[in-house]
Amino acid sequence: METQKLDVMPAPEVSAPAAGPGVMTGAAMLVESLKREGVDLMFGYPGGAVLPIYDALYESGIRHVLTRHEQGAVHAAEGYARVTGRPGVVLATSGPGATNLVTGIADAYMDSTPLVLFTGQVSTDLIGSDSFQEADIIGITMPITKHSYQVRDARDIPRVVREAFHIASTGRPGPVLIDIPKNVANQTAEFEWPERVFIRGYNPTYEPNPAQVARVVEAIREARRPLLYVGGGVVHSGAAEELREFAHKTGIPVVSTLMGLGAFPSADPLFVGMLGMHGTFAANRAVMECDLLIAVGARFDDRVTGKLERFSPRSKKVHIDIDPAEIGKNVPVELPLVGDVKRALAAMLPEVGPVGTKAWLDQIRAWDDQWPLRYKTEPGTLKPQQVVEMLWEATGGDAILTTEVGQHQMWAALFYKFKRPRQWVTSGGLGTMGYGFPAAMGAQLAKPGEKVICVAGDASFQMNMQELQTVAENGLPIKVAIINNGYLGMVRQWQQLFYDRRYAESRIGAPDFVRVAEAFGIRGMRAQTPEEAREAIREMLEHPGPVVVDFVVPEEENVFPMVPPGAGTDEMIGRWDD
Amino acid sequence: MRRVLSVLVNDQPGVLARVAGLFSRRGFNIESITVGNAEEAGLSRMTIVTSGDERTLEQVMKQLHKLVDVIKVNDLTEEPMVARELVLIKVTATATTRPEITHLIEPFRAAIVDVGRNSLVVQATGDMDKIDALIELLRPYGIKEIARTGVTALMRGSLAKVRV
Repeated sequence: METQKLDVMPAPEVSAPAAGPGVMTGAAMLVESLKREGVDLMFGYPGGAVLPIYDALYESGIRHVLTRHEQGAVHAAEGYARVTGRPGVVLATSGPGATNLVTGIADAYMDSTPLVLFTGQVSTDLIGSDSFQEADIIGITMPITKHSYQVRDARDIPRVVREAFHIASTGRPGPVLIDIPKNVANQTAEFEWPERVFIRGYNPTYEPNPAQVARVVEAIREARRPLLYVGGGVVHSGAAEELREFAHKTGIPVVSTLMGLGAFPSADPLFVGMLGMHGTFAANRAVMECDLLIAVGARFDDRVTGKLERFSPRSKKVHIDIDPAEIGKNVPVELPLVGDVKRALAAMLPEVGPVGTKAWLDQIRAWDDQWPLRYKTEPGTLKPQQVVEMLWEATGGDAILTTEVGQHQMWAALFYKFKRPRQWVTSGGLGTMGYGFPAAMGAQLAKPGEKVICVAGDASFQMNMQELQTVAENGLPIKVAIINNGYLGMVRQWQQLFYDRRYAESRIGAPDFVRVAEAFGIRGMRAQTPEEAREAIREMLEHPGPVVVDFVVPEEENVFPMVPPGAGTDEMIGRWDD
Repeated sequence: MRRVLSVLVNDQPGVLARVAGLFSRRGFNIESITVGNAEEAGLSRMTIVTSGDERTLEQVMKQLHKLVDVIKVNDLTEEPMVARELVLIKVTATATTRPEITHLIEPFRAAIVDVGRNSLVVQATGDMDKIDALIELLRPYGIKEIARTGVTALMRGSLAKVRV
């Protein structure tokens, strides 16, 4: 018996050979291409324009995690990418599905996180007609993607997918978006997997120029107060081991950006700390006084440099980066070295020897002794820094930490001592509140055996807490540590310091997080004193499933030390010298 | 300072938007942009005239390089180059001024390509200075409309610098 077709779509158009061994729909080609790229996990949310793709995914063997918002999907994919180094994969529908990805795409672009994002699109004959759930996602995301494609012929799908994974994960990694109109997903054609990738306009420079390597080695030999300034590029490049060898062979101390944390062990005697706006006093002072600053996979971001004219005035600068556009962008550099950080360090290693930095290291140590990182404790009061320290102790420094954005993020960066790369997952460049909790889902799915803790703020957590359902459904044993001060803490801190304590809209209410967690079938706890916190952390880590802990901390605690906006890094405030 | 960039790109939908977007994001004004097929099938050559400080321009060029659809970027400003633009000028012309205008444009090797009851359309090609001069010369007669193509440019063959 014939059943009536309810689908308003025209029957899939057949434009290629009607039959044959490799003939399939565009949607099936997409799934086949994902398998060939080794994708076994993706994040997404279905909708009208991606129905054919979801149909092809059904029973395909690729695990699809259904989030509760597309933003949750894209941040989860970022978390996955950051702990594995492999591209995170996202699928969303056209229009609102696609636009809900935008923040995550911008985030990934800023922090060089490899993603491959698939968006559905209305059928090609409807594009440009303001049809239902149509949005020009290619146009919208042009400034925030490394590259993007709109597929107009199903035959192109295997090549485009292959190119997208290649572009996302090579050179300076980044997000690549593929927009697939619904009729292209339904179109049938012969599947042809390209043997190799050739993209004429895309040839990232991996090998550093040997002559330039020699010049850098010479500069290092001549330096008396050299300093390694390392960033996220060391993590992306997988160069942590080379960096460790390089620092130890030369005796050069290391400061790290927010994104570089974990690239060099925090406990290493050569590690000075994080630099920049909320860096340590010793780290910023070392940048100020060094005579050779070796930037490795870092980009002289304004949160690092402070006022540019005052940044590291006494140093000659070396900049090692795979992206030539970063060289000289913010700070003039005497010795650029374009190439893969890992290869650059490896090329220099046999040529360098001890630089004779003892006096320099003693000086840095003296600064650190004089102005160490610390905070005031009060009996019976739970300090936010204390919570992070307790988490660090209780996990032996081995947990994967994700964060939201704000004060808690800075405390986590400063007080958790990282051991290895890919242990630290945070939104650096874009500063995206709502990032950390979904990112923790991706991290946990990628590393099921590891402890994943999301250090969150009470305001940030409210931005994507709908994902509690995703966590519960998938049984992800994520621990959420909410540092609850009842404020948008960093906004409040700036208002206190620079707006005469006028707390405009930074006071923010929150639901009872314990009961919220319980409503999702997740364990919820609250701690208000150091004793309660210690106990809660113990219980939280022992509990096999997900846990949300509400750590209630004082309202007006500040992240110190701090370089005030527009000031030089030698003008830090809050060093406890009062 | 005025700069002339030559950009070889894939002839792909959206490539013009990608290139133009980079300029606007850096606060760069594009004075003119010309696009057409290049010597090889599937490629287009853009000639972009812009102005701005050297450091920002260097950044724009590096960012252009990063676009996957951009094959090559050349700054022709300091290079020996041939830069030409075409202009159409509709100028008011009466029976008395018509011979005068015809005579006037001769040294410019310009041509009259349309004659109307009250106007002429003058066509000229040349570098920007020549076109500017011609326009100024015709202005007293009353210019009704101007259409300029913008500069298109190539590096000269005979004098091309040898890279050491």
